[in-house]
Amino acid sequence: MRLSQAWIVARHDMQLLRQRRGIFLGLIAMPLGIGLGFPAFVGLVLLPRGGPNPASWAPMFIEAFAFWFVIGAASLPTSIASYSIVGEKVSKSLEPLLSTPTTDGEILLGKAMAALVPTLAAMWVGALLFQVLIDLETVGPFGYLFYPNWQMVVELFVTMPVVALVAIEASVVISSRVTDVRTAQQYAGVIFVPMIFVYVAAEVALPLTALNLLGLSAVFGIVALALYWVSVKAFRRDEILTRWK
Amino acid sequence: MIHAEGLTKRFGEVTAVDSVSLDVAEGEVFGFLGPNGAGKTTTVRMLAGLISKSGGKAEVAGCEVGNEADALRLRGQIGILPENVGLYEGSTAYQNLEYFGRLHRMDAVTLRKNIERLLRSMDLWEKRDAPVETFSKGMKQKLAIARALIHDPTLLFLDEPTANLDPEAAKMVRGTILDLRNEGRTIFLNTHNLDEAQRVCNRVGILRTRLLTVGSPRDLEARLGGRRTVVRLERTSEELASAVRRRLGSRRVEISGNALVIDTDDPDRENPEIVAALVAAGGRIVELTQPMASLEEVYLKLLHEGEAAR
Repeated sequence: MRLSQAWIVARHDMQLLRQRRGIFLGLIAMPLGIGLGFPAFVGLVLLPRGGPNPASWAPMFIEAFAFWFVIGAASLPTSIASYSIVGEKVSKSLEPLLSTPTTDGEILLGKAMAALVPTLAAMWVGALLFQVLIDLETVGPFGYLFYPNWQMVVELFVTMPVVALVAIEASVVISSRVTDVRTAQQYAGVIFVPMIFVYVAAEVALPLTALNLLGLSAVFGIVALALYWVSVKAFRRDEILTRWK
Repeated sequence: MIHAEGLTKRFGEVTAVDSVSLDVAEGEVFGFLGPNGAGKTTTVRMLAGLISKSGGKAEVAGCEVGNEADALRLRGQIGILPENVGLYEGSTAYQNLEYFGRLHRMDAVTLRKNIERLLRSMDLWEKRDAPVETFSKGMKQKLAIARALIHDPTLLFLDEPTANLDPEAAKMVRGTILDLRNEGRTIFLNTHNLDEAQRVCNRVGILRTRLLTVGSPRDLEARLGGRRTVVRLERTSEELASAVRRRLGSRRVEISGNALVIDTDDPDRENPEIVAALVAAGGRIVELTQPMASLEEVYLKLLHEGEAAR
């Protein structure tokens, strides 16, 4: 496996991303929306109207809001990966690509990187903005800097990449069985559902501590490994050229 | 350059390519003729190492097909124009070639030079920064050929390069193939356009799951086309046709306009008999010719024989 060869594929796919305005805008709008929207809600609604001693109840809400970055990491790469694979399938450009001295694994890795790198970069920028704004709003009422904390470190650097990988691998498997991008995105969107359950649980009962987030990441890590095995089987040139719809 | 023995591909119960054996020499343009579904594309994909073979063996450009260790080297030495060109429509012509050059691990200087040389030779240099979606079908086909040549391959596979093109675009692409032939490139050309095969190929193979025959277009015409005598008369009639049939025995004699078309086994012996029979029956002969069968007739004959044998 040559990383440099996979990176050529990834760079090219990221270049193509700029031509797809909808996805490109989503890549900017979603992290910005989370990074600005929730702090605005915290600053304008939650803290002024939430009652006394916010340091005792507000952190649970803020942690749940921060989980939207994980939800975003589950949804953004499905659009990119679906376009990257089904788009090539529709435009029939996979065969010329497979004719080059690039292995199936390098192509798959390149396409995964093309979906993962912009997603993580965008989400990290949004998360940085979120943390700075939350700190500015809460340092007075809480009496300490809420961010950085271990929860956010685990969320951004463990949970988010693992969940994004699951979403990408699911997209690869789905892309091998469908013929248009929209259908691939809709099926891959299923990965969004368990994230919403986690979010609701976080709002109601389950505190998103670093330990809980690590446990959640481990579960998704197992799913990612299983899906990796299936996606590698699905993304073989023999399969692509003779069995893909 | 290509040596295949008993090359076979099965998809479940269906045999798509059955025991194909052939050799293609360096510098040769080999035409692979066959109807849709004959197995031409599957054969090219096997030879190019894109799909696995179910049986047989093949060596292409010194690499063993199906040997994983040789797979990358093989793909580095061949260029492929697939039936669907599969260009990145939103990218420019230059970007399309640049991407494939990088995948072939070309250094930046050689890549730039090759892109310019190929785009100029295809008359696309002025359009290098235009998105491919603005190109005509013929221009796209030429750009796809340039993409297949970007790394200067020793062998080129062209899969139906003029299919779905209008006559003008097809002529443009055919001209490009002739230029490549004149450069001494080895080309494996899949086509069902017989005229194209006749014009550009040194040898052709006719495939219908099995390889029915291989030879130069002229050899095939002479070997398999059958022999016919065409007698143009002032006026034809069923009586004149019957007179020839009586003289030659159970020969096929057809009236075609003001001519009789007669199947012959031994023209040197039978043509004088035909003339004698026609003159005796009152026919006035204008001309007697012995035309060669066209490649198209050879092709259709072989396919019909293959169909009958199934």
